[in-house]
Amino acid sequence: MPSLGADMDRGKILEWRKKVGESFVRGEIVVLVDTDKAEIEVESFHDGVLDEILVAVGETVPVGTPIARFTASARPGAAPATPPPPVTRAPPAPATPPRPPRPAAPAAAPPAPAAARAHATPLARRIAAERGVDLTALVGSGVDGAITREDVERAAAPAARSAVPRDRAGAMRAAIAAAMERANREIPHYYVESRIDLGRATEWLAAANAARPIGERLLPAALFVKAVALAAREVPELNGFWREGAFEPAREVHVGLIVSLRQGGLLAPALHDAADKSLSQIMVALRDGVARARAGKLRSSEVSGATISLTNLGDQGAQRVFGVIMPPQVALVGFGRVTEQPVASGGLIGARPVVDVSVAGDHRASDGHRAGRFLSALARLLAEPERL
Amino acid sequence: MTERIQQSFRDAFRQSLREALLRDERVFLMGEDVGRYGGSYAVSHGLLAEFGPERIRDTPLSESGFVGAGIGAALGGMRPIVEIMTVNFSLLALDQIVNGAATLSHMSGGQIHVPLVIRMATGAGRQLAAQHSHSLEGWYAHIPGIKIAAPATLEDARGMLWTALCDPDPVLIFEQARLYPVEGEVAADAGPVDLERAAVRRSGRDVSLIAYGGTLDRALEAAQSLAAEGIEAEVLDLRVLRPLDEAAILATVARTHRVVIADEGWRSGSLSAEVAARIAERALGELDAPIRRVCTAEVPIPYPKHLEDAALPSAAGIAAAARELVGRRG
Amino acid sequence: MTHEAPAAPRDREHALRLLRGMVRIRRFEEACAEQYSKGRIRGFLHLYVGQEAVAVGVLDCLERDDAVVATYREHGHALARGIDSARLMAEMFGRAEGCSGGRGGSMHVFDAATRFYGGQAIVAAGLPLAVGLALADQMQRRPRVTVCFFGEGAVAEGEFHEAMNLAALWRLPVLFACENNLYAMGTALSRSESETNLCVKAASYEMPAWSVDGMDVLAVEDATRRAMTAVREGGPLFLELRTYRFRAHSMFDPQLYRDKAEVELWKQRDPIPAFASRAQASGALRPEDRAALEQEAEAEMAQAVAFAEAGRLEPVAELARHVYFEGEAR
Repeated sequence: MPSLGADMDRGKILEWRKKVGESFVRGEIVVLVDTDKAEIEVESFHDGVLDEILVAVGETVPVGTPIARFTASARPGAAPATPPPPVTRAPPAPATPPRPPRPAAPAAAPPAPAAARAHATPLARRIAAERGVDLTALVGSGVDGAITREDVERAAAPAARSAVPRDRAGAMRAAIAAAMERANREIPHYYVESRIDLGRATEWLAAANAARPIGERLLPAALFVKAVALAAREVPELNGFWREGAFEPAREVHVGLIVSLRQGGLLAPALHDAADKSLSQIMVALRDGVARARAGKLRSSEVSGATISLTNLGDQGAQRVFGVIMPPQVALVGFGRVTEQPVASGGLIGARPVVDVSVAGDHRASDGHRAGRFLSALARLLAEPERL
Repeated sequence: MTERIQQSFRDAFRQSLREALLRDERVFLMGEDVGRYGGSYAVSHGLLAEFGPERIRDTPLSESGFVGAGIGAALGGMRPIVEIMTVNFSLLALDQIVNGAATLSHMSGGQIHVPLVIRMATGAGRQLAAQHSHSLEGWYAHIPGIKIAAPATLEDARGMLWTALCDPDPVLIFEQARLYPVEGEVAADAGPVDLERAAVRRSGRDVSLIAYGGTLDRALEAAQSLAAEGIEAEVLDLRVLRPLDEAAILATVARTHRVVIADEGWRSGSLSAEVAARIAERALGELDAPIRRVCTAEVPIPYPKHLEDAALPSAAGIAAAARELVGRRG
Repeated sequence: MTHEAPAAPRDREHALRLLRGMVRIRRFEEACAEQYSKGRIRGFLHLYVGQEAVAVGVLDCLERDDAVVATYREHGHALARGIDSARLMAEMFGRAEGCSGGRGGSMHVFDAATRFYGGQAIVAAGLPLAVGLALADQMQRRPRVTVCFFGEGAVAEGEFHEAMNLAALWRLPVLFACENNLYAMGTALSRSESETNLCVKAASYEMPAWSVDGMDVLAVEDATRRAMTAVREGGPLFLELRTYRFRAHSMFDPQLYRDKAEVELWKQRDPIPAFASRAQASGALRPEDRAALEQEAEAEMAQAVAFAEAGRLEPVAELARHVYFEGEAR
């Protein structure tokens, strides 16, 4: 089967123009071939007699397949049909060898869990590796919240001596301050607030605490943390990170607690898997975490990984809190002071304990509608404290 | 002490042309309105009177014809300088450049080569609208077989033509039309310059601004305003787009760890994308911030000034990108 | 323009030279067809069978240092110009021993020693190139001629018009040899040109234009000799050679666009037997001469194929060679 074009790789025999035993001369058409694009008359390049037809009409074979056998006849005076001088290489394969099968696309690597890999610049990563700095302990001040060389170098000094917690806390504070400055500048904040009725919650708390020793009593903050965690599950657009121009929702809910320090500044320990912990567990974690935060004794795993944060300045007397989101998170829930306020309910006016709750949202990841749903969920959850 | 003079880019390009014509009788200039009109940008003003109509040769409006003729004349032993009035009209000669000049050496197995120089005016910023405002030098840099020069300083305006005429391969020189009237100081005897290396025009340690051609002066302006804020920017002038001085690009990134690339081409598929790719391929571990590019917006250049200015890369845009990388307030 | 073409070859030597030239081309092209069917030659292959009288008749009139620009159907011109058939076949096979180092293939035959500048695959792209080669000769006061071969399809391209205008305007020594074989691939001339009289087009550029029977090698040679003198003395000339290709446009062409009967009709005017019988009739050739020449050509081309088959493939490590000049810059 001759090659009759740059993109031909097989042909179909349409018609044999010569029969077995018939002779032909060079240039005469011997067979008609279909190449998928057109029908081509194929000539012989030699004089000869047809001995055998190897491929019948209607059959398709690859280019290079012998389709007939003939005996060449020497023309008087023509050059003898000697084969060309032996060539040292093997004759080229008649058909293009089949391309090796494309290797199967490698299975996509499972995406790294959201909180496991610190977001750091390549340079920061390299220096951290050289200096033995734990990237997960750092908060990034770079573009998109990335940890930069500066962040790493700040954390690395002082070097080999046992890390004094106060120094580490100092480093954390400075980093958070840088992060706050960037957040205020870069994150398009929007705010939604609601007044939540804590009547039932307060009653329930009183009853629950009556049965507990003082050391194990629940504070409203525990209810707030649990409710925030559960509401975050219902409105996932507020639970996750804004990275590299896109929102990455987090699978788990780790509630960050903004803790103010006596000496000034903030720390933000994270309460992991808050939605799955009991109120007692949350209370323990709260007490312990805040205490250690204030003492500068936080473990690095506790500092990182918050997927949504909560600030509760009611103790300090603020009626309402409108906070600044901690990048790369996308929401901050602010609780004010629990106070007694006149509330209309069932046509009657009564005095009930309420709290003003705000949601600061990153407008790139969510909108007021979502935040509103979050607040509705919060109100609903706090109205059924026994189910928290 | 070499004497220094005040000179405009236009005069610098003219002086380099004149000196080339004086130096080598094989050199001649061919293009539309280069002779009797004195050059559409007055670059060849006065040359016809000095060198005559054979060597300062006006052509009909036949870009493909006279670029092909330039190739043939180069094959025939001359050293032609073909002037295509602007890069916008070079598209009519694209076949001769890409299928002819760029391929003859390779297709012939190295038997023949094309010592041709093509000069073109390029760039936007003068409200000439979509068909007269292209910056395609980065696009031409995609083609193997030719060399692309982007003079943006007076030394380069004076010296690149000299070196290009000594090159046995085709060299395309892109002159910034916007810069023709701009004056500056340059050595009176400024001579040939290389066509291989990028140049650091300003040293700095906080961020690298990589620019060429029309974005060089804007990058330098951005560096000045950044300096007033305590940010020391390093400005790298690519000078030659093919071959690209990869070593210089990687070196500046290694010094500052932050890079902004300014390119008057449209962002997508521009030369800045090539520079960014090289940095990501070879210097990823040096980066302390994402790569930022400041390019022309993806629109055909509009006519009204405010829209044109908004579309083009600006000193303010370059400075803002640099600031973001360094982490300062905007 | 009509002129009485000679009825017979001058003498035996003249007759043998012309017939041998045509027979060699015919045999080479048929060998290429066979090798292509076997897959040894790939890509595009455009055969010159039927048009041999043009290449032989024209090129017989050139001096050693005249220049030739041709198209992708240039094997015949290459052989007639004196390029070795073995190196030509090696080029078809993509071997390093090929005349373009194997890098060009069938469509890009180049030979600097015989001033054979391709081998151009873009229709009409060779015309501006030819204009430039002639321009260089004019500027350097050399009495050389550039012969530019192209098919009638090229007259539709803008570059044809640009080049004709430039050549006539500057009175350049170009012989524009238009091989009118009536079909540009599958498009008949009558379907693509409002004015099918090609000489009228040339005349519109104030260029002398002659039309010749391209199947008669003596007529071609006679016209070319007079044309070369005219060009060397006075400026460009357009020569239409009316011819016909017996085979398809390229190897893969079912020839749906023309009648088999028409092909058969033209085959009756096959330049080889036509000239052989006239030469015999005039006594310049003996009856056995043609067969002897056929046998000679047969053997030569069999050797060429053997040479090509034994040729070496360039190592892949050398892929990037010849993109730019590799010697010392001057």
